[in-house]
Amino acid sequence: MLVTILVSAGVVAAVGLALGALIGFTAKKFEVQTDPKIEEVQELLPNANCGGCGYAGCADFAGAIVTKGADPSGCAACSEANLAKIAEITGKAAGKKEKMTAVVFCSGSFSRSTRAADYNGILDCRSASIVAGGGGKACRFGCLGYGSCARACPFGAIEIRDGLAVVHPELCRACGKCVNVCPRKLIRLVPASAPVHVYCNSLEKPAKRRKFCKNPCLACKKCIRTDENHMQMQGGLVRVNYSNPPEASFVEQVKCPTGALQVEEIHRRIAALKPAEPAPKAAPAPKKEESK
Amino acid sequence: MNIPIKTWRFHGGVHPADGKALSNTVPAQRAPLLERYTVAIQQNIGAPPKPVVAKGDTVKKGQLIAEPGGFVSAPVHAPTSGTVGDIVEVPGANGGAIPAIEIISDGKDEWGSGLDPIPNWKNTDREILKKRIADAGIVGMGGAAFPTHVKLSPPPEKVIDTLILNGAECEPYLTADHRLMLERTEAVLEGAAIAAKILRVDRVFLGIEENKPDAIAALNEKAGQYGVTVVPLHVRYPQGGEKQLIYALTGRSVATGGLPMDVGCVVQNVGSCAAICDAVVEGHPLIERYTTVTGTPVANPGTWILRLGTTVEQALTFAGGVKARAAKVIMGGPMMGFAQTSLGVTVTKNSSGILLLQWQETAEYTSNPCIRCGRCVRACPMKLLPGPVSVMVESENYDEAEKNYVMDCMECGVCTYVCPAKRPLVQHFRRAKAEINAKRRAAKAKQA
Repeated sequence: MLVTILVSAGVVAAVGLALGALIGFTAKKFEVQTDPKIEEVQELLPNANCGGCGYAGCADFAGAIVTKGADPSGCAACSEANLAKIAEITGKAAGKKEKMTAVVFCSGSFSRSTRAADYNGILDCRSASIVAGGGGKACRFGCLGYGSCARACPFGAIEIRDGLAVVHPELCRACGKCVNVCPRKLIRLVPASAPVHVYCNSLEKPAKRRKFCKNPCLACKKCIRTDENHMQMQGGLVRVNYSNPPEASFVEQVKCPTGALQVEEIHRRIAALKPAEPAPKAAPAPKKEESK
Repeated sequence: MNIPIKTWRFHGGVHPADGKALSNTVPAQRAPLLERYTVAIQQNIGAPPKPVVAKGDTVKKGQLIAEPGGFVSAPVHAPTSGTVGDIVEVPGANGGAIPAIEIISDGKDEWGSGLDPIPNWKNTDREILKKRIADAGIVGMGGAAFPTHVKLSPPPEKVIDTLILNGAECEPYLTADHRLMLERTEAVLEGAAIAAKILRVDRVFLGIEENKPDAIAALNEKAGQYGVTVVPLHVRYPQGGEKQLIYALTGRSVATGGLPMDVGCVVQNVGSCAAICDAVVEGHPLIERYTTVTGTPVANPGTWILRLGTTVEQALTFAGGVKARAAKVIMGGPMMGFAQTSLGVTVTKNSSGILLLQWQETAEYTSNPCIRCGRCVRACPMKLLPGPVSVMVESENYDEAEKNYVMDCMECGVCTYVCPAKRPLVQHFRRAKAEINAKRRAAKAKQA
């Protein structure tokens, strides 16, 4: 009896020893040399895996920084301090980058835009944009307000206020995820230093724009006449010249007749001033009437 | 003569309240001439046609105003005589704004299509007939607007043995095909005979739902002379779906991604057949169609012969306006039609109906999670798994949805109709199809 126990214990011990030796040998023989720097760099990256750098995630990008010499400033979301630390680790100065931020070029919140219909479908911009009428607002170019961009943002920087997407620049890391999901192509990355934007993207005939929204850009060019270095025409719309953006006081100077030209901070505050009801509730009242 | 034809029962389907009693006994009326028509340039699936008239040109009724932009494309003709106005933007039935040619009527309504009548079509070359159908701008008038001459030109390796006329009109409320078969019986049958000659087939079935006994009787009286067999089918939505109709009449199933011609069938809407007859025998291009203007709010629901380019607003005026408040305006029927946000939408070659609903008849639902009851699976006529696929789409897993044949969805709306969780399933599938198509186009562009 005792012999059986001893023999089996011995066999197990011998097998364990042999396998342990084999594992030890292969671990030494086929060891993959990893740079400890990669892990250090990865810890300094935001680890949101947003993919904005063009690599498969933060770990992949960290590897590319250390081994392939990729520029750490390719990470839009990384803070200045962390970039400096990465530069210390890799021994190479990071390229200068301008801080960018996403801007939603629309000011047509529910209370400031005309509604063409009641939409009762999937509450997602990309699903709403494929039905006729595209989600209720009369403007074909404006923000749908169903928050596809807000859900796509890995940093929680976009908020839907009264049916309008509003970016919080202090949270935005300019990864560009929202830019790609917006079916109306309303969001663009612009230098964060620019305080003033034209919040309109309508390519409707200027006369028609006013029917759909309280703050459309009518392309009256008043702002261009005020200072043509700061503003420029871009395909039927006036846009801030982001290579030479105006100061916040420029808005006071111009007095945009529709209020499409706005200081970013004030725009956000106005969007916040919403009525108690977010979406006008579907009243049984019709949109059409035509008694003879 | 009355030997019953064997029919097959397609999988699934539903029996929605049909609402056809509103308009199916009202004879179709010709709409009065309007002062202005806005004719959408693209009224077909495929390549957009190119306008060939300029502002200020004088046109005759039936004159070519936009030529086809490719093989899978159909020309557009002037709905009346007059002058050409601007190229304007009109709201499209599927959303967005589409370009349209404005025709300002001169009140004379003079024909001048440049197409000669071919009354002796029985002794005419098939290619000439096919070219005539292409020149007349005929497209599938049941809803898809696929150019008819393309359907009638199957590649030589495909053997076609059956022509199927689609007179099922399974969509609730619509009675345009019903009135057409009743009032233009001979035109439908003659058009079918022309199509049969082009395709060189002997077997021509006309599938029609049993809820149109008067049309069945009228067709049966004449069908023999034209070699058409009228087959009454059970009333079940979507009996008029192309693949469902082929199965019901021949027992053949079209494989996923396949076309009817793969199983030796060509399906034509009865409206398209009547248009073929007009184009060949009369030399008239497609400039008007039977359209049902119906719904409880409409003062005089009925079927109207509307010129292409009539707006919904004008069509409603012909029907006496509205007597009750309308909450929803739909182009097409309640199951597959598109809710509109503007009354400026124009009648195109595939507008089978304009439907108004009161707010009591519409409903607002909140989408709830799938409870896995499987009703949609039992009802889906394409034998798909709507519930699970909608969950895949919700999580934006389009690859998985594609593997589960979401591209075979024909958006008939049966799953949404039966879903107790009130899930907007069809909208999920439309989203998935749009995303997958965009992905395929991108892949194709990359290859090229």
